Amino acid sequence: MEFGLSEEQTLLADSINRFLDEASSLDRVRQFVTAPETDVWSGLVELGVPGILVSEANGGLSMTALDAVIVAEALGSHTAPAPFLGSAVMAPVALQAAAKNPGDLLAALVAGEHRVGIAVGEAFAARVDAGITASSGRLSGKALFVLDYGADSYLVADGNANLYLVAADAKGLESRPLTTIDRTRRTGELVLKGVAAERVSDDPAVLRKALDYGRVILAADTLGAAQNMLDQAVAYANEREQFNRPIGSFQAVKHMCAEMAAHLEPCRALIWYAAHALDELPDEATLYASHTKAHLAEVGKFVAKTATEVHGGMGFTDLLGLHYWFKRIGFNRQMLGTPELLRDDAARVQGLVA
Amino acid sequence: MDLSYGPEYEAFREEVRSFIETNRDRAPRPRTGLRAPETLAWQKLLIENGYAARTIPEEYGGYGAEPDILKSRIIAEEFARANVSSGLGGQGISMLVPTLLEMGTEEQKREFIRPTLHGEMIWCQGYSEPGAGSDLASLRTSAVLDGDEWVVNGSKIWTSTAHLADWIFCLVRTEPEAPKHQGISFLLFRMDTPGIEVRPLVDMTGVANFNETFFTDVRVPKHQIVGARGQGWMVANSILGNERDSLGNPDATLSRLNGLVELMKQETVNGHRAIDDPVLRDRLMQIQGRVMALRCNDLRVLSARLNQADARLARMVVKLQGTELRHELEGLAIDVMGEIGLAYQDNPYLRDQGSWQHQYMFFLGLIIGGGTSQIQKNIISERGLGMPKEPKYEKGQFAKAAG
Repeated sequence: MEFGLSEEQTLLADSINRFLDEASSLDRVRQFVTAPETDVWSGLVELGVPGILVSEANGGLSMTALDAVIVAEALGSHTAPAPFLGSAVMAPVALQAAAKNPGDLLAALVAGEHRVGIAVGEAFAARVDAGITASSGRLSGKALFVLDYGADSYLVADGNANLYLVAADAKGLESRPLTTIDRTRRTGELVLKGVAAERVSDDPAVLRKALDYGRVILAADTLGAAQNMLDQAVAYANEREQFNRPIGSFQAVKHMCAEMAAHLEPCRALIWYAAHALDELPDEATLYASHTKAHLAEVGKFVAKTATEVHGGMGFTDLLGLHYWFKRIGFNRQMLGTPELLRDDAARVQGLVA
Repeated sequence: MDLSYGPEYEAFREEVRSFIETNRDRAPRPRTGLRAPETLAWQKLLIENGYAARTIPEEYGGYGAEPDILKSRIIAEEFARANVSSGLGGQGISMLVPTLLEMGTEEQKREFIRPTLHGEMIWCQGYSEPGAGSDLASLRTSAVLDGDEWVVNGSKIWTSTAHLADWIFCLVRTEPEAPKHQGISFLLFRMDTPGIEVRPLVDMTGVANFNETFFTDVRVPKHQIVGARGQGWMVANSILGNERDSLGNPDATLSRLNGLVELMKQETVNGHRAIDDPVLRDRLMQIQGRVMALRCNDLRVLSARLNQADARLARMVVKLQGTELRHELEGLAIDVMGEIGLAYQDNPYLRDQGSWQHQYMFFLGLIIGGGTSQIQKNIISERGLGMPKEPKYEKGQFAKAAG
């Protein structure tokens, strides 16, 4: 029995973290806000990241969901601007689950030559005026808060959980970026008016699988971001002196840190298990994916607030930049299902909803 | 990542299962007395088959198996699954025996371990005092050497089973001039020694599980000390470690969670089942998510132990998170029942023998006992996160500093 990271996985984490320390330093992250092209993604492509979940037959590395989770944690820790979720996780998972590879798209993803944005929110939580309908191979409607906006094509779900690929330059597709609180991610809106689309799948299980993977990955991103905030809070509390003592020697402050650690540390094992279930335990995969993302949303929210408070007034400033992590965690909470929606999902999977 | 225990262990699991199936009729029913013949016979049978006192050497009355974390775990899992008594527990077996094995003289091991394991010698623990709780090392019960005997004076509190115990293992101050951690000794003495008075302490559940124990000129033979004079703190600390590791059992929590789901399917308000109430169901799912996180954390701690690694923070958070979560889980059941959640004891509307009400309160006791949640947070932040300790005051210094 072995429940934990293998030696190779620890090395993978080290190499991704080393790369991101430089490529996604806070200064670089700040620049991304004004100039959204960085070398983060091309560097990750060189490290093989988009091939992790692509089978060797399709030109990838045939690695595990746990490997993808390790990368996601490092990205969250560095608030890294990179289209990992769409191009390295949800698109490859959906395409392979559907056994589709139009124009050898998977090879293009692995090579970093193509990016896929994700427009599936309307399949499970469509907001007012949003929603996609399909009619004789053409898509119409509106998709909001598309993930990894600025892509070459989009994976679009209609209201019946069918999946399509739509080229970014397709006729009848209008799009525009949407500003959100998290400036390390790109989101946008797609308005489709009878757009020709390539159907990827009409099996709801394919969308389900892509969502399960996406949710675990967002949870892992939150784990990385929250762990970084906790580490920063502890370092600050040990350094900062008031009343002639480091503030970390006051129980009022150290207990805040202990509570963060007490909630966050078990999340690590939960995410490991959820990732393992994606690959090996199909009966548990959805239950764990839903619960893991919901739980990380709650713990992440607590850590984001508490770590900011430990920093006192400095935590509230742009100077320190702690808010990049705060907002990243907030983004992960709202996207691909809020905690209430996910817990309802978990109850349904267990047959607890009449 | 490999979650299987492997074929050798699955074969062992089958052995355990078949033992339980064959012998379950001989197991004592819940609430059978500690000294009842069927309790003692069951304990003997478990030890003979290696399902109790498994790794204690045969020469001291144990089964003498090599330590094997997975086998011990399989035994615990299977007895819990079958809902059959896994034998005697208590502070003598769980705390004193490992301490004697570590620190006791050969004579002490021979005298005490066998009868303790077999339930013939029941122990209570004399650590906490009215004035020494979280700051246990400030304890004041004294022992002064008079010829060949220690003379013990003072009092202890939270002494579970003191009213039943044959013996006590007790921390006393023997070197009043030494720094507080270095002035403590670890004594063993009989509970029928003249000068001992036990008064029951009724807790909030209405049961006297605890006692206050008073010592007036209690005379203890000089050799009944574990470790050297003044080393008692070190001895006691290894025991506290055992206790903390054993609290907060995720398997037990899972079975309570399953019970809660059943309760929510049965309880109705205006004809609607609790499980169909989206607010209550969301609360249930929140707790389920936390239970799953702690179960996975437990797997991680177990796996680390198997590899002789220390899971550090993952291990340190178990008591804090496990007890707080259980308290909330039991509390949700009470909210699900509404007014029925108030029913107690002989109330005819009681559900599940009142276990939700009882456990809700009992786990508040566990949040406090065995190192309070606040002490746990000190441990997590200081030892786990490397944060600085609170400045310490010497006796009387605080009043002076506060002016």
